[in-house]
Amino acid sequence: MIFENHGKVERNVTILAVLTLVVVLIGGLVQMVPLFFLENTIEKVEGVRPYTPLELAGRNIYIREGCYTCHSQMIRPFRDEAERYGHYSLAAESMYDHPFQWGSKRTGPDLARVGGRYSDEWHVQHLTNPQEVVPESIMPTYPFLKKRELQMADIAAHLKANRTVGVPYTDEQIEHALADLKTQADPNADPTDLQRRYPKAQARDFDGDPTRLTEMDALVAYLQMLGTLVDFDSYVPEQNRR
Amino acid sequence: MSVDPKHSEAGGPGTTGHEWDGIQELNNPLPRWWLWIFYATIAFALVWVVLYPAIPVPGGYTRGTLGYSTRGQGEQALADLQADRNVALKGIDTIPLNELKDHPQLMQAAIEGGRSAFKVYCIQCHGTGAAGAKGYPNLNDDDWLWGGSMEEIHATIVNGARQPDNDNTHVSAMPAFGRDGILTKGQIGDVVEHVLALSGQPHNAAMAVRGKDVFAAQCASCHGPNGEGMREFGAPNLKDGIWLYGGDRATITATVTNSRAGVMPAWKEKLPESTIRQLTAYVHSLGGGE
Repeated sequence: MIFENHGKVERNVTILAVLTLVVVLIGGLVQMVPLFFLENTIEKVEGVRPYTPLELAGRNIYIREGCYTCHSQMIRPFRDEAERYGHYSLAAESMYDHPFQWGSKRTGPDLARVGGRYSDEWHVQHLTNPQEVVPESIMPTYPFLKKRELQMADIAAHLKANRTVGVPYTDEQIEHALADLKTQADPNADPTDLQRRYPKAQARDFDGDPTRLTEMDALVAYLQMLGTLVDFDSYVPEQNRR
Repeated sequence: MSVDPKHSEAGGPGTTGHEWDGIQELNNPLPRWWLWIFYATIAFALVWVVLYPAIPVPGGYTRGTLGYSTRGQGEQALADLQADRNVALKGIDTIPLNELKDHPQLMQAAIEGGRSAFKVYCIQCHGTGAAGAKGYPNLNDDDWLWGGSMEEIHATIVNGARQPDNDNTHVSAMPAFGRDGILTKGQIGDVVEHVLALSGQPHNAAMAVRGKDVFAAQCASCHGPNGEGMREFGAPNLKDGIWLYGGDRATITATVTNSRAGVMPAWKEKLPESTIRQLTAYVHSLGGGE
């Protein structure tokens, strides 16, 4: 029987090495091969686009402040989650996230579809002092966001870096990154070009102070976009059962 | 010399033949219960691979014969929930809102459904107990900005307040009397004293008398000649001592100077009509329903 020949494998170092290699290769293939077919897991839906420069800047602040440690961005396909947060998250919705912000812990609520749910004013009030609007909240305060000017000199480089890892930013988008960023937060600017480059981009003053472009503007712009891009009319659940 | 029980001739497990310095390696079999569970897990895995999604292959994965999917299961659970609700809430979408009270059982189901939807969608601004916060109206009292009947509450939830791109949303814009230079600082001071007087608070009588004229010229068209408010403009009653942003001298001055314009989302974009009607019933039931 095969077990009785095991002594040979144990005594012959060459056979042992070759067989060990085979086993490790199988393990490696199981881990790596699915990554080559990642495209299969991304649903074919309309509407998802790369982030605007302002949203990307807001996303960087989201990461800097560690929002992901308490907030997930991943609505699982369960009844209770759909009831509370909305349609379950699609892979397509985080395909331009580097890194993704799915998170693993919900001390606070999921934010995958928080966009448009509250007013800008609410977000500013809430980020400045969460307890003012939700007395039972244990979220920390972020009053400094409203005071700090947004660092934007390197925004085109951020777009380029994202393009390097696979986000399809065009040369045009990178070239106009800084102008697009300012346009989106300026209530008096004409957003036509911005919205041509980034469909459905919401352009207005987000932090309640049109004279300054603050970190609050960027973060609120990012939050107000979350979960609003995908066009669910183009999503066919039956084709995306998994 | 007796027979060593290790040896198989004596009924023992025998040895593997390995021996070091007189120490022999026994050839004990694996415990049966352990071995059989081990085999059973392998068999279980094989069955699982056939029945359920298991192995990634080019173009997808093996789907399994049961057709199971997490997403499908979630969708099914939601469909079942909806079916349950359709029983409890039968007719809620078609019965005219003001006749809902004639169907006590349905009304009760709607209120309970609204209570849970309120906790998901509304408490962030209006508070867990619907008591509101600065800038967000208290829904427990009978002081309504846009009206407190079933229809009026429903309209407010459906189209929200001051929503761009929504033709039916509540719209009104209080002028920023100070910022836009419509009134001088002195006039604002006067009219604030008049508003303090209207709400029965301590005030400077001389200024309030002057402020009365300013009020009649600038404020009465929306807030009413006596400050009782007008719902078609969402202009609050200034006499009832219920304040949205605060009723002290400094806050009223800030309000008159810079104006206020609270917003509320148009929920028809996010919630089905049935949920909006349940919310309507719940808010109407809170105490201030008209």
